[in-house]
Amino acid sequence: MPNATFRIFRGDRNNGDLIEYQVPIAPGMVVLDALHYIQAHDAPDLAVRWNCKAGKCGSCSAEVNGRPRLTCKTRLDALPLDEPITVQPMKSFPVLKDLVTDVSWNYRVNKKIPPFTPKPDVEWKMDQREVDRVQEFRKCIECFLCQNVCHVLRDHEKVEQFGGPRFFVRVAGLEMHPLDALSRTELLKDELGIGLCNITKCCTEVCPEDIHITDNAIIPLKERVVDDFYDPVRWFLRKLSGKERT
Amino acid sequence: MTEKYETHEHDVLIIGAGGAGLRAAIEALAQGARVGVVCKSLLGKAHTVMAEGGIAAAMANVDAADDWRTHFRDTMSGGKFLNNWRMAQLHAQEAPERVRELEQWGALFDRTADGNILQRAFGGHTFKRLCHVGDRTGLEMIRTLQDRGVHLGIDVYMECAITRLLKDGERIAGAFGYWRENGRFVVFKAKSVVIATGGIGKAWRITSNSWEYTGDGMALAFDAGAELMDMEFVQFHPTGMVWPPGVQGILVTEAVRGEGGILRNKDGERFMERYDPERVDLSTRDVVARAIYTEAKEGRGTEHGGAYLDISHKPAEYVKKKLPSMYHQFRELADVDITKGPMEVGPTCHYMMGGIRVDAETARSNVPGLFAAGEAAAGLHGANRLGGNSLSDLLVFGRRAGLAAAEHAKQAGTPSIDDAQVDEATGEMIEPFERSTGESPYDVHRDLQETMQNYVGIFRSEEDLKHGISEIQGLKDRAAKVHVDGSRLFNPGWHLARDLKSLLTVSEAVALSALERRESRGAHSRIDYPNYDELWGRQNNIIRREGETMRLSQRPVAEIPSDLRAILEEKK
Repeated sequence: MPNATFRIFRGDRNNGDLIEYQVPIAPGMVVLDALHYIQAHDAPDLAVRWNCKAGKCGSCSAEVNGRPRLTCKTRLDALPLDEPITVQPMKSFPVLKDLVTDVSWNYRVNKKIPPFTPKPDVEWKMDQREVDRVQEFRKCIECFLCQNVCHVLRDHEKVEQFGGPRFFVRVAGLEMHPLDALSRTELLKDELGIGLCNITKCCTEVCPEDIHITDNAIIPLKERVVDDFYDPVRWFLRKLSGKERT
Repeated sequence: MTEKYETHEHDVLIIGAGGAGLRAAIEALAQGARVGVVCKSLLGKAHTVMAEGGIAAAMANVDAADDWRTHFRDTMSGGKFLNNWRMAQLHAQEAPERVRELEQWGALFDRTADGNILQRAFGGHTFKRLCHVGDRTGLEMIRTLQDRGVHLGIDVYMECAITRLLKDGERIAGAFGYWRENGRFVVFKAKSVVIATGGIGKAWRITSNSWEYTGDGMALAFDAGAELMDMEFVQFHPTGMVWPPGVQGILVTEAVRGEGGILRNKDGERFMERYDPERVDLSTRDVVARAIYTEAKEGRGTEHGGAYLDISHKPAEYVKKKLPSMYHQFRELADVDITKGPMEVGPTCHYMMGGIRVDAETARSNVPGLFAAGEAAAGLHGANRLGGNSLSDLLVFGRRAGLAAAEHAKQAGTPSIDDAQVDEATGEMIEPFERSTGESPYDVHRDLQETMQNYVGIFRSEEDLKHGISEIQGLKDRAAKVHVDGSRLFNPGWHLARDLKSLLTVSEAVALSALERRESRGAHSRIDYPNYDELWGRQNNIIRREGETMRLSQRPVAEIPSDLRAILEEKK
């Protein structure tokens, strides 16, 4: 059986190197299979996150040949095998060890988002067409690849001012829930900094769940923020009534 | 040597952050308890996220004739009447309310034409009963519970593994563990502890389970004096992927058959007509798994030793809409378009019916202050679990465990933890680094998986089981001598060295219980005892610790009250 050569980042937040490993290729093999092979044969302390190995949990994100991917869905036969395959941790998050990064920031952002708040005395009936729109956002597996590629986070490191695509998707899922009563536009504008997004669609391209993050989540949310805060008539009405959007 | 460690104090400590753990946490918080949740992975990655087909609850949105009685009867009948009847009753009665609650916390289920929660057919359920979100129901459920819990203010200790339960005399006093990230030790002091750690599938080679499923909670509870029950009942899901090798065992949801998928052998025969003419493809999992195994063994299997599962007679758009993750999974990992051709499937170790013996109402174990819910607990499913009854189990008994754990904490005084227990726990974890030689834990794990796969699998015999038990003894010796390289910083080899001990404890319990039960019932099939045995139908196997050995005994199944017996006899 022919081998594939892997060059894998080994190290921590202070220093590290790409270390070379040889892995025998099996039919249908994915990069995560190769990482497991290396753990079992060469480097039992190689740090990797994974759970389902089927693209459902979003744990095994890394950068394969510089491209952010779920390693459980990255087939070896889709990569050029005449040159080494490099596997590195997600760049936008601090490395803990090897391919494992500190993604705790995401969990802190999530805490800022007010939960689903049903309309009072609501009848729990919904039309599938309304639900379809929101279910797209609910598909998110929190692999954080969209956060990893977003320029605002990756290049400009605006972690204090910006929530990132993952959390725009989450807010979209709440804002467009047919029975939700709360408005989160102020949060989007002030705390999550949605205005910083310049819709380059990198997040959409990298999403393993094919969520149309930019078109279906971010742009409609930006429109809501504009409506609520920059439309003078609406702004005036809002001030006058002191009411939340319903 | 007492190494420095951090300490956290809670009224209720919950180990595991899947559906059961999170639902328990939400309930305990609602009771005013200070709640901590510890989990081995990041929050939201627990096994619940992989659940696909749906949550069983007799809401009667699609089939108006459904009610809790029918759900109760289906569950008992699927479990071959070895179930704890009270758990089956509570489960059937409370599941609809638990589902409605999820919806009120923001979960978005697929809808019926009149706007209610849509329900689909599943194996062993008389009516269309599974509330679902395409084939990603578990993701919807865990995200809803996670956001609810976080909003209410649970403290979550992510990527933290518990290696020992601490006691104060006979009662629970807390737990000891380590942070995966940096390897530092941590002590949790708690008046109540809820085990919600899921199952044991990683003891087998072909499994749908993730690395987390190493039987930790059952082994921790066993070490602390709790009784384990029904450990011989391991569910092999009939449909796991079989090709390519790297994806072997990955789950193919029963919803494929629920939506009309048909099983065929290599000759194109719809073989389930021979094994269960009435329910055919939607027979219970134990029956379908044995059928596929038998077809392959008798030479009627597919190229890679499985069966064909075909849904391509349905419109492509329908398949993509109802089974989106199956569509992607096969397209991306196996180069198969399931809207055009069949999948190749075969049995995969999936679920543990057995576990910690608990009280039906309160989920408490026989150790004061120790509770268990979800897959880690035994009783609800008896000898075989119906699809969809797992997610409802998590909600119904997660809530009950959280409630009872909080109530217990209100009455219990603050426990004290002596240093000797902590020192011992620390020593156990440091040991593998101190040996200069020894084999890799990965080698021992691989051999354990082979042993369980070959000798404690779908079909069992006295000879195989005895062989398996002797292999497990040898593996225990090897596991005690493994050597670990590297540092304590996020070191999977080190973590596996500890997980191996749990795996070996539960593997031994499974093999011993399987050897003792000289009959075939539900998921337990003995080729040397192929029939039901009346005596065994009235007793559960119980495993408990006696000194350093594992002791097996039997306990009578509780008598079913006459009103419930009447329900069971309505349609027999």
